[in-house]
Amino acid sequence: MSLPTLPRALLVTSALLILLPLVVPGWIMFVMTKALFMFIAVLGVAVLLRGGLLTFGHALFYATGAYAAGFSVKWLGVQELLLLVPLGALSGMIMAALVGLIMARYREVFFAMLNLAFSMILFGALLKFYWFTGGTDGLAMGTATLLGTEFEGDSFGFYYFSLAIAGIVAFVVCRFMASPLGYFLRALYDNEIRIEYSGVAVRQIIYRTYILAGTLGGVSGVLAAFTIGHIVPEDAFWLQSGEFVFVALLGGFGGVPGPLMGAIAFELIQTYASKFFPLAWQMTLGIIMLIVILFQPGGLWAMYQKAERWLSRKGRDGEDA
Amino acid sequence: MPEETSILRTVDVSLSFGAVTAADNLNIEVGRGELVGIVGANGSGKTTFLNLITGYLRPEHGRILVMGRDATGLPPRLVTKLGVARSFQIPQLYTNLSVLEGMLLSLAAESGEGAGFWKPIYRESWQSEGLEILERFGLESYADRPVSELPEGGRKLLDIALSFALKPKLLLMDEPTSGVSVEDKFQVMDTLVEVLRQGNITTIFVEHDMEVVQRYSRRVLVFDTGRVIADGEPEGVLAEPEVRKAVLGRV
Repeated sequence: MSLPTLPRALLVTSALLILLPLVVPGWIMFVMTKALFMFIAVLGVAVLLRGGLLTFGHALFYATGAYAAGFSVKWLGVQELLLLVPLGALSGMIMAALVGLIMARYREVFFAMLNLAFSMILFGALLKFYWFTGGTDGLAMGTATLLGTEFEGDSFGFYYFSLAIAGIVAFVVCRFMASPLGYFLRALYDNEIRIEYSGVAVRQIIYRTYILAGTLGGVSGVLAAFTIGHIVPEDAFWLQSGEFVFVALLGGFGGVPGPLMGAIAFELIQTYASKFFPLAWQMTLGIIMLIVILFQPGGLWAMYQKAERWLSRKGRDGEDA
Repeated sequence: MPEETSILRTVDVSLSFGAVTAADNLNIEVGRGELVGIVGANGSGKTTFLNLITGYLRPEHGRILVMGRDATGLPPRLVTKLGVARSFQIPQLYTNLSVLEGMLLSLAAESGEGAGFWKPIYRESWQSEGLEILERFGLESYADRPVSELPEGGRKLLDIALSFALKPKLLLMDEPTSGVSVEDKFQVMDTLVEVLRQGNITTIFVEHDMEVVQRYSRRVLVFDTGRVIADGEPEGVLAEPEVRKAVLGRV
């Protein structure tokens, strides 16, 4: 990621996201709110991918966050976002700290499938203990409150709340990626031997990254629960995990902007494709994925960078002439 | 040699792979500040010796002492923390990072902040130190280039520089001149020996090139089928018929 493009892209993106509700119809705002929680979950998947770790079970943390909020609403009557978002983060973090003890020993296909296995255990548990979890019916979330004020999941206010959380998350992930651990994570993809011979434990790199990813999953789950208004065991299902991976690849997982672009594109495609091709929207997604992998493996973000470089070159040529 | 001056001591270290004896009762002592060359034919146990010291392999018998502390059976990560670094015959580099970024990782690891996840890796102190080390190795012009753009000799040097940045007491180098062209060989060694001398780093290097060993080391160990068959000054040792037969295959 070249330095000059990043701050400009960041400014433009923030401005667009903040001003968006003023110009677009309300139903698009619901799509955008969905894109924001999707972004947060995908960021976790993308961070792991940065270290060459592919997971097909990230819905484990997403569902953990969602159900942590769901149980609080149902059993404790707590609906305050300022309590539930940290609770979601904490529950995702604890889940990752536990599962990560095992996961830090694995790579590649074993890492991917073990993650899937854990998420399916949670899926099974959510179905089985229906007296507590609501079983296949799931749980209704009701209306969230922010400092006591009611906040519908499809309101502008909730969009801005999600945007603020997404901003904080993006900041944290940027710091993480620029830290020694973030660089060791990238190096993990290259050369584990050199890392161990530097006196740094590869397992610790994976473990800490995994906890970050799990925490993001938990946060995403809480926002998703209130945006959609209803949680179901399918939130832990492998299809949900696959969707996160899909979006990470669609947007590109090199930095923070990729998952954001991927999430927005995904939600828009899903909305429009199911509107115009109601029976073939998955096929539309498949074709788009195919095009991205064949022609732009770095995803939408890489595509954008390429276009920007091309435009600036063209601009310079124009001045010269 | 008195105990406190010895950086490395192996006591009766043995290891075999099936019928092949890779280390046969090795009793080797290396003192502070020494520059020791190891020679021997292919399969004589040179690299195995480095792998045993750094914990990549575990001896079946014997003990390995690093500065008087028992390092037997420790994994490479913990042996590194005792102050032992190594470079590799095939350079082990971070190919997706820039040359300087690799150095920053070594410096972060050395300062114990390798798993820090909040403060950025690009820090004034590490950057200047990293550049300074690269300069000593003659790699400063590559600092911001991707590792993949380095020529082979540069890859070799960077591999050693990454270990050097860990500020080891003992550096083990596995064939520092293999893959380096004949013309560059002595220049690479001149650079290395000077940097290591300045850093006061005890060094053991495996080498197949007799000329290099003769020119740079004051002590040479000759390995044959996992045993040390000669130990002493290069001039004397390399003239022995038994050594010439074992290493060169002719007298």
